[in-house]
Amino acid sequence: MQAHTTRRIFLTGTLAAFGMAATPVWALTEQGAKTLVDKVVAEVQNVIGSGKSDSAVLRDLEGIFVKYADVNIMAQYALGVDGRSASNAQKRAFTDAFQGYIARKYGKQFKEFIGGRVDVEKVSAIRSGYEVQTKAYLQGQSPFEVTFHVSDKSGRDKFFNVYIEGVNLLLTERTEIGSMLDRRGGDINAVVSDLKKLG
Amino acid sequence: MPLPYSFRPSCRVLLALTATAFVTACATSQDPAERTDGINDPYEAQNRSIHEFNKGLDKNVVRPVSRGYAAVVPFEIRDSVNNFSNNLSEPGDAINSLLQGDLGGAGVATTRFVMNSTLGLLGFFDPSTELNIEDHDTDFGETLAVWGVGEGAFIEMPIFGASTQRDAVGFVTDIFTNPLTFVTVNTSPEQYIPPTARGAAWLNDRDRLGTAIDSVLYESADSYAQTRSIYLQNRRFELDGAGAAEEDPYLDPYDPYAQ
Repeated sequence: MQAHTTRRIFLTGTLAAFGMAATPVWALTEQGAKTLVDKVVAEVQNVIGSGKSDSAVLRDLEGIFVKYADVNIMAQYALGVDGRSASNAQKRAFTDAFQGYIARKYGKQFKEFIGGRVDVEKVSAIRSGYEVQTKAYLQGQSPFEVTFHVSDKSGRDKFFNVYIEGVNLLLTERTEIGSMLDRRGGDINAVVSDLKKLG
Repeated sequence: MPLPYSFRPSCRVLLALTATAFVTACATSQDPAERTDGINDPYEAQNRSIHEFNKGLDKNVVRPVSRGYAAVVPFEIRDSVNNFSNNLSEPGDAINSLLQGDLGGAGVATTRFVMNSTLGLLGFFDPSTELNIEDHDTDFGETLAVWGVGEGAFIEMPIFGASTQRDAVGFVTDIFTNPLTFVTVNTSPEQYIPPTARGAAWLNDRDRLGTAIDSVLYESADSYAQTRSIYLQNRRFELDGAGAAEEDPYLDPYDPYAQ
């Protein structure tokens, strides 16, 4: 189970990473949140089914991630309380490095998604927006639960977290970034330059 | 390595594990959330050395052997072996479902076992899933949770990987109570069938999940911390059956939007 989950995190991270379509000014609604997830899934499938080279697909996926995820808040959360001492310039540099790292790390297994589908099952309200529960059906695997958290607090409708069978991207990456900081004596600049090479 | 599949270690090892599990379970009765991050890991130092041992085992034995297995044996056969091994766990799933008062789950496990053992030719095929009778995986760790036993501390077991005190007790109990793994304790030649099937299924999974496992074990800054976090998040989700705990980054005091 554990191993399957591990893999799903990476598989769905791919999907996870390429979240929400942004919609304009009106407030996020339940229907809006659902529609966003449907759109994202369609868009990701479009890219991975395009037949482009691996590196081109990864670039496209990173583009979708940057456009539709609330990368800013995700990066700050992953940086955690260690980020309190960071300057604004360091936070910006970290956010830039983080988005590329996430896109590469979770995007590189995109082939597992080809021919799969994701069905929205339930939408409910959470503190900062809506939770969209889906079921992912990938080839050769039993179906599993993927949940998107969507908010408009950035000013646009974006996703800010994804859960694969209970394992969430924000917490997992906060643990990872925390470990990286520990290994580098809390040096954010060192983490930033290493993140650019990872994933 | 974070695979919970068991292949057969000697009975002595099992007994040692049982003893360890019970002793540790008695030694601390603290329940989750000792730390602010919801992780209870008073044995971190020992766990980390076992984690290093497991990593070495994976790197030097399990991963290379799994690649060899996948290279030599066609995937149809490997999948059939996985089906066979999974079918052997159905009686245990049925018993645990009953112990949890989950009659529906017990029915599913029993139906699957009967159907796959007959139509599925001793379990090498899985007609149940094709008929939409989905696998109802459970274990004694879940039974203990249903009975109200606390999670206990996080522990990493040698060979078998991430667990908690409660799940480790469940794991050992399952080995001795599943009528089909119990075969391993007598002296007939068939005793080797279930553990061999388990071991082969384990290798197959290690190969199939290769990139993801490699990523956690060999590419993360602290593979122990990642393994622990992923295991606990997923296990709590499985046992809860409810929605996942909510992280709300917008409540973070260092919220960039607050600046």
